[in-house]
Amino acid sequence: MSSRLWHAAERGEVWLAAVLALVALAAPVLNLFVPATSSLHLSTYGITLIGKYLCYSMLALSVDLIWGYCGILSLGQTAFFSLGGYAMGMYLMRQIGPRGVYGDPILPDFMVFLNWKSLPWFWQGFNHFPYALIMMVAAPGALALVFGWFAFRSRVSGVYFSIITQALTYALMLAFFRNDMGFGGNNGFTDFKDILGFDLHSDGTRVVLLVLTVAALAGSYLLCRYLTGSRAGRVMRAIRDAESRTRFLGYPVESYKLWAFVLSAAIAGVAGALYVPQVGIINPSEFAPINSIEAVIWVAVGGRGTLYGAIAGAVLVNYAKTYLTGAFPEVWLFALGALFVCVTLLLPRGLAGLLPGRAERNGEKGSPKRALVGLSPGRVQNK
Amino acid sequence: MSTHDHRLYLDEVTVSFDGFKALNQLSLYVDPGELLCIIGPNGAGKTTMMDVITGKTRPDSGTVFFGNTIDLLTLSEAQIVAAGIGRKFQKPTVFEQLTVAENLELALAGNRSFLKALRARTSPAQRARIKEVLGIIGLTEQQNVPGRVLAHGQKQWLEIGMLLMQNPELLLVDEPVAGMTPQEIERTAELLVSLSGDHSVVVVEHDMAFVRSIARRVIVLHEGSVIAEGGMDAVQANSRVIEVYLGE
Repeated sequence: MSSRLWHAAERGEVWLAAVLALVALAAPVLNLFVPATSSLHLSTYGITLIGKYLCYSMLALSVDLIWGYCGILSLGQTAFFSLGGYAMGMYLMRQIGPRGVYGDPILPDFMVFLNWKSLPWFWQGFNHFPYALIMMVAAPGALALVFGWFAFRSRVSGVYFSIITQALTYALMLAFFRNDMGFGGNNGFTDFKDILGFDLHSDGTRVVLLVLTVAALAGSYLLCRYLTGSRAGRVMRAIRDAESRTRFLGYPVESYKLWAFVLSAAIAGVAGALYVPQVGIINPSEFAPINSIEAVIWVAVGGRGTLYGAIAGAVLVNYAKTYLTGAFPEVWLFALGALFVCVTLLLPRGLAGLLPGRAERNGEKGSPKRALVGLSPGRVQNK
Repeated sequence: MSTHDHRLYLDEVTVSFDGFKALNQLSLYVDPGELLCIIGPNGAGKTTMMDVITGKTRPDSGTVFFGNTIDLLTLSEAQIVAAGIGRKFQKPTVFEQLTVAENLELALAGNRSFLKALRARTSPAQRARIKEVLGIIGLTEQQNVPGRVLAHGQKQWLEIGMLLMQNPELLLVDEPVAGMTPQEIERTAELLVSLSGDHSVVVVEHDMAFVRSIARRVIVLHEGSVIAEGGMDAVQANSRVIEVYLGE
């Protein structure tokens, strides 16, 4: 398989691999071994920022897997991201132990504050890292499995699916805002101390987390690459382009959608789990529908249906967001909207469409018309 | 059910929609390897007949047998496809973003589950079959271009090729030459004639010149029943057919 992957590697992928390798090697060196006085020094803030972008890249990858390859536009992808984040957050909260403000050896501070006497059942086991690790994947995966099973079985697709995923993440946000849910209400979880015994505030731990994020991103990329390059991936694209035709050929369309949706949710969950220890907080605003929509924009900007494009889009748009919200805070949302409109009209295949190798191989240039159709969530095939 | 040696056998099939009889005691047969053309004015029941054979519509009464033993009325649409009946719809639908060869690959017979497809490798025998079908439908040179860049006629052929991948014993082809150029029509006629023999082929078509160029046996449907049957010349000379086609 590795030789096949190598032969088929596109120019964008070579760039991606090079940049990721550079980040994994250079960032630790520039942070840990270059003195803070040097202009080459990379601050710990910089390390965290890069880590955050890479987590968002994984989220973008998960959106692209189902939207770009299977035609399922989920506008609730951050629900899975946040659930993975909460699973990690629960582990980190248990690690605080008696070092909390109230000094309770078992209960997190917010439970003491709410006068809870014992740990709720769903918090049991989160002091064990392997269990928490499983839940980071299993919780979002299970939600996607149940939700997707009902939605796909009822043949909910197109814009209707987008709307109910939006409702899903909004409902979860409202639920997690409630104190009596047992997830810290609107404050969520913060003040984490350490992970697996390593101090979360030390530069060394930060750097290791960044390297792990690079590894997780690369791993998810290869998983998506394997999936989309297989016959199953071609069936997914067939479903995207002509669903009822695929069904007529005898493929169990619902099962393919469900697999893709669950895998995508699991990837988003891992992304969320890596995000939380690096940014140091998780709260219900992560579930906000706007976050899911932003993730879709990253993918559209980078190039829907190209995995490396999704990653590039996530990094570039978030870099722009960091810069603009700092320099001109009031401009950001307008810039984001303008970006989406421009990409839709002028760059139908996103930034990935600008790479010469890809355009030539497909033998044609994308037209603006195609872009609009491609981006429209309401496209219903063969009805 | 008496035994017979027909590939497909419809006996006194009736389908009514809200009292309107789309098929009225329709009986017909298709022989192995035969190329049969079915013509008839709009509303004659041609599409309903196809729907009954492929399991999309269930008749009120009558029997439909595939070979001597397979009662099609007891099978689901997917089972009917698996039993060896392929249907080509009027409007060509190919997978636009997949290449011609990939379109054929997805139509290969075999296990359709996700996990099987994830690990599926195209075997040399399957590769050979894809190559063979590419030759039959005349798209060998286009095998690596995406479906979307094909001309209308080529899409129709590709879709016929996708049906052939599953090696069906019976091909149902709905208006194959609608919208085609004369050259494409000629090529399609050759293709369908070459397929008969190995497969039974049923063609529903409006284009009389096309039907004349390929048909051995023609059946004329009107108001859900067969009103004439035989060679093209005999059918066209039939007074009932002339009346139906030219109006009262």
